[in-house]
Amino acid sequence: MSIWEYANPVKFMKTTDKVLPWTVGIAAITLIVGLVWGYFFVPAAENFGGSVKVIYVHVPAAMMAINIWVMMVVTSLIWLIRRHHVSALAAKAAAPIGAVMTLIALITGAVWGQPMWGTWWEWDPRLTSFLILFLFYLGYIALWAAVENPDTAADLTGVLSLVGGVFAVLSRYAANFWNQGLHQGATLSMDSEQHIADVYWFPLLLCMAGFIFFFLALVLIRTRTEVRARRLGAIQQRERMA
Amino acid sequence: MIALLMRDLRLAVRAGGGFGLGLAFFLIVVTLVPFGVGPEGKILARIAPGILWVGALLACLLSLDRIFALDYEDGSLDLLVTAPVPLEGVVSIKALAHWITTGLPLVVAAPIFGILLHLPQGAHVWMVVSLLLGTPALSVLGTFGAALTVGLKRGGLLLSLLVLPFYVPTLIFGAELVRRGAEGMNTETPLLMLAGITAATIALVPFASAAAIRVNLR
Repeated sequence: MSIWEYANPVKFMKTTDKVLPWTVGIAAITLIVGLVWGYFFVPAAENFGGSVKVIYVHVPAAMMAINIWVMMVVTSLIWLIRRHHVSALAAKAAAPIGAVMTLIALITGAVWGQPMWGTWWEWDPRLTSFLILFLFYLGYIALWAAVENPDTAADLTGVLSLVGGVFAVLSRYAANFWNQGLHQGATLSMDSEQHIADVYWFPLLLCMAGFIFFFLALVLIRTRTEVRARRLGAIQQRERMA
Repeated sequence: MIALLMRDLRLAVRAGGGFGLGLAFFLIVVTLVPFGVGPEGKILARIAPGILWVGALLACLLSLDRIFALDYEDGSLDLLVTAPVPLEGVVSIKALAHWITTGLPLVVAAPIFGILLHLPQGAHVWMVVSLLLGTPALSVLGTFGAALTVGLKRGGLLLSLLVLPFYVPTLIFGAELVRRGAEGMNTETPLLMLAGITAATIALVPFASAAAIRVNLR
């Protein structure tokens, strides 16, 4: 019994069939509780006003945007090294979710930035590097769509995700060097000195957990769809041959 | 490998279009910008480093899809893969040939275009230095993009979408180097960063390109 057994599509489908309702349930509960708590029961901050509440969407989305790319790099590596198809399909399934998360982070950031900084868009290093990350997602999705043979596409996008990951980090630091922006420093570090107040922290924690489970549910559903699409393709191929 | 380099260079010169095209495109970008932003010398001098760098980048992009496409179509790419030379070496040579035909002319022509854009006197040296250091990275990364999209029917547009995000760090440090040089500030940090990025891409990215080509020809 090892974790690699779940790379078998049949086993994967059977397991996720049981896990999926739980994931959806946890995602729904944590998201609803976290967002309602954050929006209705948190006092308005002194110098931020009501607009502070956008962090309950903005911060988790931004966190997921980065972590989904990391997950894609890991699954691509597994595919490149051990040739497990489910892994490649999971990377494919995750990419559009990551792109949307990046977009949510950018848009909520603009909505927040307008009253706070007086501008919708600022060429601040974090904003810029998120825009670049969004471009990386678009390129990745486009490459998947452009290559016909699924195995070739998985290989190529795998290599792209690896090199892209390195360059996404590099762009981040380059942008930092290029322009010191308006964004506040890390407020969520474990260092209690710069930690935000607990009143804001707990619902945020719930929202982050909610986004993680939401992503898990989505990626499982999408991967299951991909597996089924592959099966359908195989069946159609066989019928054409016969 | 030298034979391969000479072959690529001869092809670029004789097949027409490839060699001077990037330079002509660069000239057009430089000509169009003053129409867009107005002819005042001060504004032009301020944006000149960025315009020159973006122009160089676009000119480089223009010729990328030719790197492997022709060889792929007439089958010589298959021969190159099976040749006794390692594919990583072939890819590096291809990138070098691309740099000689598009990057090097840009480096040579940059001072002239700098005059057109009122680039400050002191910055010309830095413009040449930054392009000399930065354009090899553009060629190598472009080769990676071309390797990913070789064999695709409409690879050109996808190629630019894939490659442009990779160009961001080089562009930032290249333009920053010229800007600092123009203002007489300390240029050491961007210079070293630019050189470091170029050295690392030349050392590592050909492996990724070679892997992509192997996948595409499987």
